[in-house]
Amino acid sequence: MVRSLLRLWPFVRPVKTRLISAAAVAIVAASMGLVMPLVLKWIVDGPVADDDSRGVWLGGAVLLLVGTAEALLFGLRRWLVARPLARVEADMRFALYRHVQRLPVSFHDRWATGQLLSRGTGDLQLLRMFLAFGLTFLVVNSATIVLGLGVLLVQDWSLGLILAAPIAPLIWLCVLFEAKFSVVARRAQDQMGDLTTVVEESILGIRVIKGFGRHRSQARAFRALSGELVETELRKARLMGGIWLVILALPEVFLGAALVLGVVRVADGDLTAGTLVAFMTTAMALRWPVESIGFLLALCNEAGTATDRFFEVLDTEIPPDIPPALPAGPAARPLPAPAGPERDGIRFENVVFRYPDSPPGAPPVLDGIDLRVRPGETLALVGGTGSGKTTLLSLVPRLYEVTSGRVLLDGADIATLPLRDVRAMVAVAFEDPTLFSATVAENVLMGAEDADPAELERALRVSQAAGFVAALPHGPRTQVGEQGLSLSGGQRQRLALARAVIGRPRFLVLDDPLSALDVHTEARVEAALRDVLSATTALVVAHRPSTVQLADRVALMSGGRIAAVGTHPELLSTSAEYRYLMTGERNEVPAR
Amino acid sequence: MTTTLPDRDRDHDHDREPAEDGPPAASDPIARDTLPAPRGASRRLLGSLLRPHRGKVALGAFLLLTQQAAVQAGPLLVAYAIDSGVPAVRDDDNGPLIAVAVAYVVCALGAGLLRYTFIQAAARINQGMLLDLRGRIHRHAQALSLDFHDRYTSGRLISRATSDVQSLRELLNEGLQELLVILVSVVYIGALLCYLDPGLGGAALLSFVPLYLLVRGYRRRSAERFGKRSTAIASVIVQFAETLNGIRPVKAFRREEANDARFDRLNRHHGRVNADTVLEMGRFIVLSRLVAAVAVAAIVLWGAQRVRSGDLELGALAAGALYVRRLYDPMDRFAMILNNYQSAVASLEKIAGLLAQRPDVPEPERPVQLPPRAAGRPGREVVFEDVRFAYRTGGEVLPRFSLTLPAGRTAALVGATGAGKSTLAKLLARFYDPTEGRVLLDGTDLRDLSTAELRRGVVMVTQEAFLFSGTVAENIAIGKPDATREEVERAAKAIGAHDFIASLPEGYDTDVRKRGGRISAGQRQLVAFARVLLADPAVVILDEATSSLDIPGEKAVQDAMETVLRGRTAVVIAHRLSTVEIADRVLVMESGRIVEDGTPADLIAGTGRFSDLHRAWRESLARHGSPPPGLDGRAGRGRGC
Repeated sequence: MVRSLLRLWPFVRPVKTRLISAAAVAIVAASMGLVMPLVLKWIVDGPVADDDSRGVWLGGAVLLLVGTAEALLFGLRRWLVARPLARVEADMRFALYRHVQRLPVSFHDRWATGQLLSRGTGDLQLLRMFLAFGLTFLVVNSATIVLGLGVLLVQDWSLGLILAAPIAPLIWLCVLFEAKFSVVARRAQDQMGDLTTVVEESILGIRVIKGFGRHRSQARAFRALSGELVETELRKARLMGGIWLVILALPEVFLGAALVLGVVRVADGDLTAGTLVAFMTTAMALRWPVESIGFLLALCNEAGTATDRFFEVLDTEIPPDIPPALPAGPAARPLPAPAGPERDGIRFENVVFRYPDSPPGAPPVLDGIDLRVRPGETLALVGGTGSGKTTLLSLVPRLYEVTSGRVLLDGADIATLPLRDVRAMVAVAFEDPTLFSATVAENVLMGAEDADPAELERALRVSQAAGFVAALPHGPRTQVGEQGLSLSGGQRQRLALARAVIGRPRFLVLDDPLSALDVHTEARVEAALRDVLSATTALVVAHRPSTVQLADRVALMSGGRIAAVGTHPELLSTSAEYRYLMTGERNEVPAR
Repeated sequence: MTTTLPDRDRDHDHDREPAEDGPPAASDPIARDTLPAPRGASRRLLGSLLRPHRGKVALGAFLLLTQQAAVQAGPLLVAYAIDSGVPAVRDDDNGPLIAVAVAYVVCALGAGLLRYTFIQAAARINQGMLLDLRGRIHRHAQALSLDFHDRYTSGRLISRATSDVQSLRELLNEGLQELLVILVSVVYIGALLCYLDPGLGGAALLSFVPLYLLVRGYRRRSAERFGKRSTAIASVIVQFAETLNGIRPVKAFRREEANDARFDRLNRHHGRVNADTVLEMGRFIVLSRLVAAVAVAAIVLWGAQRVRSGDLELGALAAGALYVRRLYDPMDRFAMILNNYQSAVASLEKIAGLLAQRPDVPEPERPVQLPPRAAGRPGREVVFEDVRFAYRTGGEVLPRFSLTLPAGRTAALVGATGAGKSTLAKLLARFYDPTEGRVLLDGTDLRDLSTAELRRGVVMVTQEAFLFSGTVAENIAIGKPDATREEVERAAKAIGAHDFIASLPEGYDTDVRKRGGRISAGQRQLVAFARVLLADPAVVILDEATSSLDIPGEKAVQDAMETVLRGRTAVVIAHRLSTVEIADRVLVMESGRIVEDGTPADLIAGTGRFSDLHRAWRESLARHGSPPPGLDGRAGRGRGC
């Protein structure tokens, strides 16, 4: 735990002075609390006993001073750390965000969004709490206990020892309890997660549930899970009750003993009444510091876990832009010019790909792909579900790294080129079009930021989006995405296509880009797209003959391999599988 | 710390898409986070949640009052020990001292044991209330009409059922108990101080006037700060989630640095407002502690002067000093709980607003059984008798019409988006009740059937084939929860889904949410059809998916559909020519009216709208050499459901 927490140091270092001075201020403030009983004692034993009115006034003034100082110092502590620690939290969140953006897609395939999000929100808030409060008070309260014990022992060592006796067992019990409690609390959290899943699904799947009248089985699952959660919560309450029993009873018993002894000693004249009063006040002032240790240690524990979770992501290495084993790309071999004899198109050379986390025995997703897209050519990829089409596409902008083999763009192995350069050459439109919370124009211009308005116009026209964009409340400046206007699937797909074709990319990679369009729009987009495709080298995943007809040649994929390459009519007449995929009819290859 | 995720998992939220090429309606009262609710709805909700636990609440209150009495007795005993114990011991009378010792130990143990009991009693109440509330939201969400679900969106509904309940839970579990303890202790201490010495007590109570003003001012200011903070964190979360969900385009279009800059701005803004809330609270705590410091000094000064003049006992002063400190100690916690309280109240209001929505399709009070199906006769007869449908807000969707669908026949509904196809289908499924008229199934009004009986008669399959977490077999068995594995496999085989299921890593036991359990859109539809086959309803309503599959997928779905329709009365909201052609009858709808009605062949041969549409499809078919994706001239997910 301590080792985990120490890893926070690089983030905390810039604010270490503030943090340390805040702890120092807090210790001073806490000792003000310990001074108060002494002042009280002085008033009782001094001016009150001596009938000294001015002394009492003085005592009152000192009390006021001490109290005011305590209040102001606590305020100072908060003021010292509030902004710096908010900044630490922000810095950590930014580091996380920066890092996850650069982690490879294969990482994101493994990690659910919620998991990463909870690290960026809940865990970091907990860490800030820990730094602002937990860590400081662990130090401050320990110091207060030591100081307070000192005060007690100096005033009267025998009474002091009686009061000191329960401190160690109390702290031990609190720690023990917190350990047990956190196990049950974790279980409650897990059960809560399961319950949340049922709740979400019963809302997302409401049409199925209603359609089949399955409220009851859904309600049963819900009741069972919420019942379990209640059980765990009640167990938590039992543990909580147990610790309160100890906290309330144990120290009081010793305080009672000290009181009895104190009274006897005051009666014997060994002890002044003021000392006894001061004693009881001090002992009571020490209660919170002692009780809090268990809770603070638990907070430390949670913070340790949160730190681990945070670094679990941050420690995942970002693969180097250019693998070190290969000769450095741009320096050794300058990026080929976009035109001229060096234009070579896209080449896949014996490409093998398996997901980094797939079990060792599993067959690779792509198994020895050799394929060439000639410069200026459009090649359609056709294949059944799971044949590896989309994976092959994803290799071109290096969203995944090949397991072995090479992908060459105009003769350069993309593994030797900086990612930025590869992705600047390749424009992509995905099957599931994602728009971001920004304006329509910004979303489209992501493809080419320096494109001028005329180019934006052209791209919107190609994807047949100009019409509906113009009809939006603020035209191309309309906010879309999560926090803006929501568009239909077809509209989103057209904007995603515009984003791909803007800026006339050298290589264009499209994954079934017209799947959500209606017949008429599709026909218009196809016509406009032909011009774009004639000026670029393109690889297009196609599911239907209409999309295939955009291509010069077709590659048929089957089980992670290229089964055949040819023109649409050629494949129709030679390949039964292709014919099945394009017509849905399973019949024998006609005799040639 | 609670962070309310704004409308999570929007990517599941396909049902929310507005009509093609048009902005969504802006002023829908349901499309808002906080639904309109009658005044005092949240208080009544809280009351109704508490009512079943009245007995326990009384017990809890009793325990708390007794427990606090035991806790607050301490300083009083100190005072008694000093004022009576000391002189008695000097007189060799140990009685009072022994009494103090016994009382002290009894109070200590009593305080502990009572707190132990109180915490458990309180937990039982809290958990009972939360269980009740969760159940109510769940039942209510299930009972509300699909129309409501379409407009309110799943993201909002999920926030109500999860994060809003969560913030209430936090208040109940952590805040409310403590708040009560604080309030009771303040009352006790005030009373004890008055008992010790009315003057001291009065002075202490007087200090609550400035404290009250401070609390009031703080609540007002902090509400504003907290509002700003939650807006700020929501933007941070949205940006974070959007980047993660769109990581492929982010990378492909090299958005990393632009995103960094944007996130940095949002993140810093959140940091600033977050620190503002911390400082605001700090200001409150400093001020309240200053009040406390003045009060303590004043009380001790005044008390000491009176002890000096013999007006007050020394022990009373000591006890007074102890009590006064206890009085102000919980001010920090009080401020924190207040913040929780505010967010819990906001959540409670949102929940109350949701629960105030009335379900549109109530269960019948005296359900009747459907007559037994005549042997050998497929399906049941459906009659729409003088049916008219309008939303309660006004707009008429279906003007009065009558329609008879003979048993065992398939009718295809055709028409543009908004023509009323899905409304007609939903009336038959009793997702809505007609505004006027009746929908009869073999002569029985749908409103007289219990949900179970209704679903034995009518099942509707909507276009997005949602899969629940769990195995493929479990997903199919949604059609019939007590189905055996043989029945599930038989249904899957009949529908043509067996082969792909068998090829999954664990066959029928593959978890659909795990890697390798990925199921394509076409396969999902097959699973949905297998459910229907298993449920074996007399009437089936299909809302055909508009999104295009690859051609073998289309074909598999088409074949499966024919299997499902066989031997039943069927209504299909058709988007494909091939689907219309397998129907016995085509109903063309326009603005809520059935404008053409006939067999496919008759309508094609005629000169009406259907014949025009048909010609257009034929042309596009010839151009592409493939079935066109849309019958209504458009495609895309999730419209009209």
